[in-house]
Amino acid sequence: MGVVEADMRAALDQPLLSVTGLTKRYGARIGCSDVSFDLFPGEVMGIVGESGSGKSTLLSCLAGHLVPDEGQVTYSGRDVLAMAETERRRLSRTEWAYVHQNPRDGLRMGVSAGGNVGERLMAVGARHYGEIRGAAADWLGRVEIAADRIDDRPSAFSGGMQQRLQIARNLVTGPRLVFMDEPTGGLDVSVQARLLDLLRGLVRDMGLSVIIVTHDLAVVRLLADRLMVMKGGRVVEQGLTDQVLDDPQDAYTQLLVSSVLQV
Amino acid sequence: MTDQAYNFAYLDEQTKRMIRRAILKGLAVPGYQVPFASREMPMPYGWGTGGVQVTAACLTPEDVLKVIDQGADDTTNAVSIRKFFQRTAGVRVTESTGEASVIQTRHRIPEAPLREGQILVYQVPIPEPLRFLEPREAETRKMHELEEYGLMHVKLYEDIARHGEIATSYAYPVKVEGRYVMDPSPIPKFDNPKLGDCPAIQLFGAGREQRIYAVPPYTQVVSLDFDDHPFVASKAPHDCDLCGADESYLDEVIIDDAGGRMFVCSDTDFCAGRQAAGHRGRLSPAEVV
Amino acid sequence: MPMIEITNLSKTFTLHNQGGVVIPVMAGASLRIAAGECVGLTGQSGSGKSTLMRMVYGNYLTAGGSLVVAGVDVARASPREIIALRRSTLGYVSQFLRVVPRVATVDVVAEPLLQLGRPVGQARARAEELLSRLNIPQRLWSLSPTTFSGGEQQRVNIARGFAHAFPVLLLDEPTASLDAVNREVVLTLIEEAKARGAAILGIFHDEGARARVCDRLVDVTGFTPGLAA
Repeated sequence: MGVVEADMRAALDQPLLSVTGLTKRYGARIGCSDVSFDLFPGEVMGIVGESGSGKSTLLSCLAGHLVPDEGQVTYSGRDVLAMAETERRRLSRTEWAYVHQNPRDGLRMGVSAGGNVGERLMAVGARHYGEIRGAAADWLGRVEIAADRIDDRPSAFSGGMQQRLQIARNLVTGPRLVFMDEPTGGLDVSVQARLLDLLRGLVRDMGLSVIIVTHDLAVVRLLADRLMVMKGGRVVEQGLTDQVLDDPQDAYTQLLVSSVLQV
Repeated sequence: MTDQAYNFAYLDEQTKRMIRRAILKGLAVPGYQVPFASREMPMPYGWGTGGVQVTAACLTPEDVLKVIDQGADDTTNAVSIRKFFQRTAGVRVTESTGEASVIQTRHRIPEAPLREGQILVYQVPIPEPLRFLEPREAETRKMHELEEYGLMHVKLYEDIARHGEIATSYAYPVKVEGRYVMDPSPIPKFDNPKLGDCPAIQLFGAGREQRIYAVPPYTQVVSLDFDDHPFVASKAPHDCDLCGADESYLDEVIIDDAGGRMFVCSDTDFCAGRQAAGHRGRLSPAEVV
Repeated sequence: MPMIEITNLSKTFTLHNQGGVVIPVMAGASLRIAAGECVGLTGQSGSGKSTLMRMVYGNYLTAGGSLVVAGVDVARASPREIIALRRSTLGYVSQFLRVVPRVATVDVVAEPLLQLGRPVGQARARAEELLSRLNIPQRLWSLSPTTFSGGEQQRVNIARGFAHAFPVLLLDEPTASLDAVNREVVLTLIEEAKARGAAILGIFHDEGARARVCDRLVDVTGFTPGLAA
């Protein structure tokens, strides 16, 4: 084993994101409570639970959209919660990405598809129009949007296309950590499948670490390596995705799994 | 004659002090939008209430005031503001750029080079350059704070994608002293190069939006652009039809119902000065012998 | 050194939503499989053959005992370690094909190789070779297998399971619902895997197949509480 390879292996053995005792309260009500986990490079972790289980609160705390009351979040050895906002926002437009459930929340609807994809590049200093446009065209291709739609606004796109555009806009800077909030929610089943396939390929090819929040167990089975089940703001069970789904230990997880309609 | 019913330059001394503090802060942090408690003025918003308050705070009895609107000294807006200060401050007024110590302007920078000791006051409708792409004020302030200016280039990108070139022709965004991105008010981009390294003090007042910002003398002001689509200070490809000038910013004037038109200097003082010096354009009146 | 070493393994299911009833399904299971060896599990339906296979794969948790696959104790390993084990070492051909709809058959089969970082061309070539051997018509390769017949899906699943030369293979009824020709192909694939040193644990209802590829048989009834004599 060469020295470089050894270094790479050592890096892969370090968690990319490390969360300890994360707690967020809304007054007396618990948003999420005492959540801990490590996410390693290239890992996809699913978070499932019903509405109000705290999964979205947790995601917001991790992505820096909410400030937790207690706990620690370490990204690549850096304390995220102690980080200056400048640094955190720089992270969130370079090494991090956030895919919203509603593409309207993650896109600029008044800006062309190319401008939407190019924004993150321009935000990190790209100043060559031709190169920005080239990168945008390349990414539209990767998310299967026809090149001749580059100057159209997202409002002219279907829901599935908007979601793919949002993904391109997020991944253009080659992030390492992607937060996804119900990325396939609100899409037709056939469109969902296409998006899942796309995401799987991107995760594999780019070595992305992903935290994906969803209530769709089929989505996590296909995408996530690991699964965390939340209820009432607490993690009731976590483990290997197929193990949690096929041999659930907690009463709530058993109920959740057995409640899914089989087709 | 000064109307004795008013304090000097209309505003009370406390208000002028408050505005001067905002101006000084603006000068200390070039390009930064300083909030100030904009007062009701005896004219409607959009008629230069921000500029008038800044001018009022700067004027001393010894000042010589010039007011221009789109470069012209003789349009309604310019005339009424000039008269306002003649009446409330009793200061001398002029149409000559060189004679003036304070110049209030709407949408132009005079053609004649400014000098040290002069103050140029701009009337600003919307001070926030990021406004059209990001409507949330809290977010735009955060973007200024953290120097997140990628969005400005998105606007220029959209221009090129849609028109093949940067089509923004006025209110063209600039970066001041390598820090704040600033809206230079709706001056034509032809005037942008004059913003930088200028010997005069440049002050910007937005009355309705309650913001003052400033560019101190000899400050670096750079127009935003792309490496492969550099900024160009364009103007109509004509000479002035009255004075023959080929280097000044021109207004297009329709002169008949048959589509006839002429191009004339937008800076009336500059044009008149050239005509007095004997320069002639394509449509100059015949010489009176 | 055994590739699979199971010692005193036990398993219970706790049904929280049915009065918290605890069902012991396995106790005292022990088993060793060496490289190049194929062991068949036998026992009546419900005796726990699939449960044991799933435990070896890390799909079911264990209640007690140890379960070491290629040096990794699956009973105690973290999800990451199990994922790494499954990626490089431990293959599983289940009875059901579970794939993302819309993905082409050839890509479904090539995926285990892509997961290992193999070049796309190489992975696809291997996938095409296996699909040809398993008599999946070439015109179907670019289609999603979700619309295929049961037998075709089973063969796609086998091709996927054999794409990478896993040192340890779990086979759940690999020859079920196959015609004689394809059954022969699958048995040959299993023999080839044994020959290259793979340790194989399988469930074969097909007695002929069992007799041909299995070196030993283990009756799981002996591990089943209540069923054991």
